[in-house]
Amino acid sequence: MSEDATEMQDLYRELILDHARQPRNFKRLADATHSAEGINPLCGDKLHLYLVVDQDKITEISFQGSGCAISMASASLLTETVAERSVADAVACVTTVTRRLTTGKEEASATFDLGKLRALDGVTQYPSRVKCATLAWHALRAALNQAGAPATTE
Amino acid sequence: MNTANAWRADFPALSQEINGQPLTYLDSAASAQQPQAVIDAVARYQREDHANVHRGVHTLSHRATDLYEGARDKLAKFINAGSRSELVLTSGTTESINLVAQSYCRPLLQLGDQVLITWLEHHSNIVPWQLVCEQTGAELIVAPINDDGDVLLDELFDLMGERVRMLAIGHVSNALGTVNPLDKIIQQAREKGIPVLVDGAQGVPHMPVDVAALDCDFYAFSGHKMFGPTGTGVLWGREALLEQMPPYKGGGDMILEVSFDNTVFNELPYKFEAGTPNISGTIGLGAAVDYLQNIGMQRIHEHESALHSYMVEKLSAVDGIRRVGQATSQASVQSFMLDDIHPHDLGTILDHQGVAIRTGHHCAMPVMQSFGLPGTARASLGLYNQPEDVDRLVAALEKAKQIFA
Ligand SMILES: Cc1ncc(COP(=O)(O)O)c(C=O)c1O
Repeated sequence: MSEDATEMQDLYRELILDHARQPRNFKRLADATHSAEGINPLCGDKLHLYLVVDQDKITEISFQGSGCAISMASASLLTETVAERSVADAVACVTTVTRRLTTGKEEASATFDLGKLRALDGVTQYPSRVKCATLAWHALRAALNQAGAPATTE
Repeated sequence: MNTANAWRADFPALSQEINGQPLTYLDSAASAQQPQAVIDAVARYQREDHANVHRGVHTLSHRATDLYEGARDKLAKFINAGSRSELVLTSGTTESINLVAQSYCRPLLQLGDQVLITWLEHHSNIVPWQLVCEQTGAELIVAPINDDGDVLLDELFDLMGERVRMLAIGHVSNALGTVNPLDKIIQQAREKGIPVLVDGAQGVPHMPVDVAALDCDFYAFSGHKMFGPTGTGVLWGREALLEQMPPYKGGGDMILEVSFDNTVFNELPYKFEAGTPNISGTIGLGAAVDYLQNIGMQRIHEHESALHSYMVEKLSAVDGIRRVGQATSQASVQSFMLDDIHPHDLGTILDHQGVAIRTGHHCAMPVMQSFGLPGTARASLGLYNQPEDVDRLVAALEKAKQIFA
């Protein structure tokens, strides 16, 4: 394989393509206690997160929407990552992940292991794509704050 | 197809590599590259002739004024304006259209009047009309398009009712490449006494434009899409209409005499040009006009038409391509989707191979809505493109398919 194809595959890793093709937890939750919309006006990515929070724990989470492979995969991975976590834990995840995606750095003090989310690391090389990867995470923060206005990347 | 393009070498930006690959620039509809002649004209002015225009008795101010006003003359001739006073220099198409909306339409529109546009328009030819409609209680009405991206002429003509005070329509659609049959459309509007503004942002760079032959009332275009600097543009308007319009901005240069109880406005076109203008950019735009006229717009049009047909043929042969926009007549632009790959992903993968295209809604969200798409990938041609650019585009698309296979 040529070098440039390899580099492209660093962005579009198998795990990302898999989640983009078959997003996990892709549905609406009729009994959601929290929800938020995320919009990336630049490319038209749009998603809706649904959460059921019970006694400070995220017992269910799902999303729906449309967008590029990066935004869909990131949202899908998000639902896998924060399910069953406490609200405080989930907020900590948002901080760690968005920092990682925007700066490429990982906090030494982070209590949370990025695990599979490292598959998104490729975006740090593509400034125009960072917003695609962070969209779902901004929406999660908005949902947990229960802010009324849609989260946007702008 | 003849592969040599002698003009390409005039554009220094095109000889660079991007991500280790030769740059294949297919985004001229967003902004065109500039030839050396434009870059030099701007640099020479900055180095030797810079001063403010219209206000000094010293040599540099004279030189700057001559160069700036010289550019106006060139532009007036380029589009066959009746006189130089019909040629208002603006910051671009957007400002030109806002000027007409605020200065021509706003004083005229009454509750229940209508402004007519089409579904094809760029946001620049939608939002200024929405604003003036909100300000006056007028109604914005929109003529539909079909699945090929052609405006439905019968419906457009039907919408040209008694209350329509303005028809604002694009020359060429930036999202789909549709070339509107302006002759027929303007003739109908004339018969019904409706003034016509043409958004020529995507017309002027690609074909000869003659505002007298078109018989429209206003024609707006941008410098940076016709190989000139950003922040420059033109509003051409019929003198009789411009005369009756109040100034749009207030400031220096647009007045003859100011006192606190009365201000006498300057004559056309200066009445609309308040403040120190984009002198260097406009001089560069004058150089772009010289450059285009040396080649000849008809020649450019023929070159691009042949290349557009080649692009359509090559793209159509790619398995999984859906051409978005297949209008009867197209110029420069082709929008498309490839399999179910999101346009944004496509844009990144192509950029990685040195191929620059635009992805997204192209500031034409209603067009995208009418196709039920969040956006498309769009390749657009300029005079410097050659068949090899199309071949590289197609090769890059094949690679994208491999990655997403
Ligand atoms: C058809 C059309 N109209 C208007 C505009 C606005 O031009 P500008 O941004 O130069 O004012 C554009 C540019 O994108 C365009 O393509």
